[in-house]
Amino acid sequence: MTIFIPTPLRPFAAGQDAVTVNAATVAGALDELTQAHPDLRKHLFTGEGKVRAFVNVYLNDEDVRYLPQKDATPVSSKDTLSIIPSIAGGRL
Amino acid sequence: MATTITSAELPELTTDDLQRYSRHLLLPEVGEEGQRRLKAARVLCVGTGGLGSPLALYLAAAGVGTLGLVDFDVVDSSNLQRQIIHSTRDIGRKKLDSAEEKLKALNPALNVVKHETMLTSANALEILNDYDVVADGTDNFPTRYLVNDACVLLGKPNAYGSIFRFEGQASVFAAKDGPCYRCLYPEPPPPGLVPSCAEGGVLGVLPGLLGVIQATETLKLILGKGEPLIGRLLLVDALNMRFRELKLRKNPDCPVCGPHPTVTKLIDYEQFCGIAPAAKQDEAVVNGIPQMRVKDLKRRIDAGEDLFILDVREPFEYQIANIGGRLIPQNDVAQRLAEIDRGREIIVQCKTGRRSQRIAEFLKESGYPQVVNLAGGIAAWSDEIDPSVPKY
Repeated sequence: MTIFIPTPLRPFAAGQDAVTVNAATVAGALDELTQAHPDLRKHLFTGEGKVRAFVNVYLNDEDVRYLPQKDATPVSSKDTLSIIPSIAGGRL
Repeated sequence: MATTITSAELPELTTDDLQRYSRHLLLPEVGEEGQRRLKAARVLCVGTGGLGSPLALYLAAAGVGTLGLVDFDVVDSSNLQRQIIHSTRDIGRKKLDSAEEKLKALNPALNVVKHETMLTSANALEILNDYDVVADGTDNFPTRYLVNDACVLLGKPNAYGSIFRFEGQASVFAAKDGPCYRCLYPEPPPPGLVPSCAEGGVLGVLPGLLGVIQATETLKLILGKGEPLIGRLLLVDALNMRFRELKLRKNPDCPVCGPHPTVTKLIDYEQFCGIAPAAKQDEAVVNGIPQMRVKDLKRRIDAGEDLFILDVREPFEYQIANIGGRLIPQNDVAQRLAEIDRGREIIVQCKTGRRSQRIAEFLKESGYPQVVNLAGGIAAWSDEIDPSVPKY
């Protein structure tokens, strides 16, 4: 499956805007991603391994938090995973 | 919201209006009644910067009767790459005055209400209450959460837009039955993790794209036509020119718009976003970090002292201007502590003193005994010591 990497996190994924992984579930896909790019881990997960509150993960167009099986949802090679962090470009 | 005013109460269109808005009047979705709704409408634009410029210009052109503008900034030359409501001759002028002049030139019938202030918890409810739709163009976390919560508390729809580099997000929040920004992101990121455009840059046309989406949604909300971006997050990728859409759900546990809210009045949003009050130049110590003034740094350099200045900006910023510091970009500092001598005084420096303050606090926590922050950064150096150092 394809995981889309947003602009602010690309420096931690070797500059790539998308990464292809072979995983059976959402959690497996994120695991494979962060194993390949360990610097991404602290930006995506808390110390306890939970997805951070200012990062959302979407399987296709659905927020993983609202899927019945959440990150245990099975995925296929045609699915996409989008990491959407909160952004704010403006000045304080 | 289109149903709040009966058509008999709507203002009449003048002969000039009929001519000016003829292309709107031809649209079945607008027509005479829709144009009268626009004329009756009151929209608040928070900020007249990158997003606010196209937003306010298009709303004025479309015939929105009253536009409230909130800003307290002055026009700087680095704004002009994207803030198209301001012109070169406006540099140094109040953004509110500059914007009002352009908007009135475009549409003399427009009623402009200027709020020369920063939107805060103390004034937001009072200011927002006078308007039908709110569009936040400031694109910073404290104002975003403030506008979100105030709109939920007042029941006003909020046309949202945000940008970074080549990417943007847009949605409509706080509409009846729709999710709010806190349903999407209950909490802001800790300061420093999400770069701003001042640090990361932005394609000048991008706020144009997103501001125009905010304007489109605002007009649709006023007209009550079409399918608003409620419950949908639109993602704009200008580099690949792709628009994608994600579903947004109302969070049943949302602290502000859920059935059992824990946020029932406005809070301190700077504190919520973990932002320390901006360090004043005359403040000696902030969060345990001594603040060095650029004048004192100059004096010590002139005295021939061998100083360790740690410049935590990005390499391209260093290329534009530097004061001879050792460059380690903020995100690399944690991995490159070995290059920073614990036995020396470390003078941390960035563009304005914000990033360097955070890194100084991080170094202190990491056990560095002598860390100071250069207050005002290289911008203050340019202002007070050496005007030949370019500002950017």
